[in-house]
Amino acid sequence: MTAPAAAAGVRAEPLLSVQSLSKSFPSPRTHLWGGTRREVRAVSGVSFDLAAGQTLALVGESGSGKSTTARLVLRLLAPDRGTVRFDGRDWLALSRSELGSARRDVGVVFQDPGSSLNPRMNVGAIVGEPLAIHRVGSSAARRERVLALLDAVGLPPQAAGKRPEEFSGGQRQRIAIARALATEPKLVVLDEPVSALDVSIRAQVLNLLLELQETTPSRPAYLFIGHDLGVVKHLADRIAVMYLGRIVEEGPTGEVLGSPRHPYTALLLASRPGLGKRGDPGAARRRRVAGEPASPASPPPGCPFHPRCPSADAACRERFPDETLEPPASGRRFVCHHPEALSGGNFSAPSS
Amino acid sequence: MKSGSPDASSDAPLLSVRSLSVAFGGTPVVDGVSFDVSRGEVVALVGESGSGKTVTGLSLLDLVPDPGRRVGGEILFEGRNVGSLSGPELRHLRGGGIGFVFQEPGAVLDPVRTIGSELISVLRRHCGLSRADAREEALAWLSRVALPDPEARMGDLPHRMSGGMRQRAMVALALAGGPRLLVADEPTTALDVTIQAQILELLLRLRDELGLAVLLVTHDLGIVAEVADRALVMYAGEIVEEAPVERLLRAPEHPYTKALLLSDPGEAEGAARAKLPAIGGTVPEPGAWPVGCRFAPRCPAAFDRCAVEHPAAVSRPGGRVACFLAGEERP
Repeated sequence: MTAPAAAAGVRAEPLLSVQSLSKSFPSPRTHLWGGTRREVRAVSGVSFDLAAGQTLALVGESGSGKSTTARLVLRLLAPDRGTVRFDGRDWLALSRSELGSARRDVGVVFQDPGSSLNPRMNVGAIVGEPLAIHRVGSSAARRERVLALLDAVGLPPQAAGKRPEEFSGGQRQRIAIARALATEPKLVVLDEPVSALDVSIRAQVLNLLLELQETTPSRPAYLFIGHDLGVVKHLADRIAVMYLGRIVEEGPTGEVLGSPRHPYTALLLASRPGLGKRGDPGAARRRRVAGEPASPASPPPGCPFHPRCPSADAACRERFPDETLEPPASGRRFVCHHPEALSGGNFSAPSS
Repeated sequence: MKSGSPDASSDAPLLSVRSLSVAFGGTPVVDGVSFDVSRGEVVALVGESGSGKTVTGLSLLDLVPDPGRRVGGEILFEGRNVGSLSGPELRHLRGGGIGFVFQEPGAVLDPVRTIGSELISVLRRHCGLSRADAREEALAWLSRVALPDPEARMGDLPHRMSGGMRQRAMVALALAGGPRLLVADEPTTALDVTIQAQILELLLRLRDELGLAVLLVTHDLGIVAEVADRALVMYAGEIVEEAPVERLLRAPEHPYTKALLLSDPGEAEGAARAKLPAIGGTVPEPGAWPVGCRFAPRCPAAFDRCAVEHPAAVSRPGGRVACFLAGEERP
């Protein structure tokens, strides 16, 4: 896939540029004594750009490869193919020590704040640890910075002396966010940061993330991994929808959600239970066609979505669609042989 | 399917929960909860973690884990008091009168038993079928829940199936004994959104086909809007509002219900980067409930009285609301 910036003429180099990233894993054995092991293609030819200070959401269901993509960007995993440029450098070529110091520019927040915070450390040490690792300021300055960070995420100074277990899920996620922002990173990877939180707490944490993106002096870009289009709508400038390891559609949030061009995006939108959908006679019919995603260990030939797609034909079963850029100015792109079937953005079931 | 036991008159509710209170040790978790469920009705029990919604559901079958105890109230199912049932009667009620579907089918399904074998034993126990008849009926159930290739599924172990397929198998198991009420506790929370939509549609279809009543325990108002007829909103161990779903969504009265509806990110207005209306604070832990209205510390509309006095529920057509601002009784 071509990254959108290339088509949009002269533009500053994006903060993060991912090109043709691929990663396979050996599949788990299906029988105790082996049998042939297949490869699971978790991520396949994924490309995207993320501009400084912006938010890109990678959206998809389990098996879509969104979390693997995040781990590849974080260099927690090594890709089989592809390039990652971050902040003007070849991120994958950095040596171990170069990577160590470069990591201060990248923060990360995981889904489950219960297991991602060290239960043996107090909150002050957890939030201050990235500062200590990167030797930022004197220890007195670091202590002060920790209190400022706690204040920024809405926690009192006394929180520094307590252990993570003394806090609720929402408060623990605030602690994780404070730690991720401690070194004023240029990029924060947010892997399902609100999925484990209650509805009323989710809104608080989303608002906090929005606010901190503007008030943190480094104006961090967010790479947001999520599955809920409702959440993503509020946070992201752009959305990339992933299905079975590939990006099937990408573009500005309003355009992608307002008039999806890929049938999978439309299916995701139609499937989300919504307060406005009650009594919608088409809703049940839309869903009945949906089926389940194929296993990443044996993706179908052609377009991976074709077995679930209402407009699939012979071309879809045989050939992976080329990428369409439309309109080029917004960098909107999708991979579908029959995007025109979605006029008006409605997902329509096949008549058979 | 059996259609209700003889001792239940036709207009009495199928399930009637009266002033149910449950405590863990000395700590109350469910506090004076009352509601009815009628035949064929889908009722949603909505709340966040710590609201007591799951414990309320488990109480219906005396399944509250230790050290939880029912400390007050009673549960009437088809006119019979669940608390006074003998051991064998209770075992028959579980699956035969009230079926259960949980969030994680993996936690309930035996990892070393095939789905077919589980279904056959349920059918033999609750319906008294012969081995051969039970096998036929098990196959019929797997088709009824739309599992592809039922014959092959009969021999599958749970881990060989996808999450959506496991949940379909779980629904078949819960319903095979012919219950009149299905309690579904967050049945789709662990599933992807496209699969969730399919499971919800399945539950509605079975409700129509079997005349089943469903008590849906959930945190997701979007799901409530899609499938429920009536909703009970729980906060800190009690029901703060009950209303037909259409009215609850259009004209919620309790400030907590209003706040929940507004803070749902999928529904809130606004473009990208727009702030969401959020409720401050957190749900109080059981044992630390405020003395007055339990929502008062987080309530944008709270006034002096709310901090000191507990609001009693006032009735509404088909529901009720427990808030001083709700005003007059409107039965």
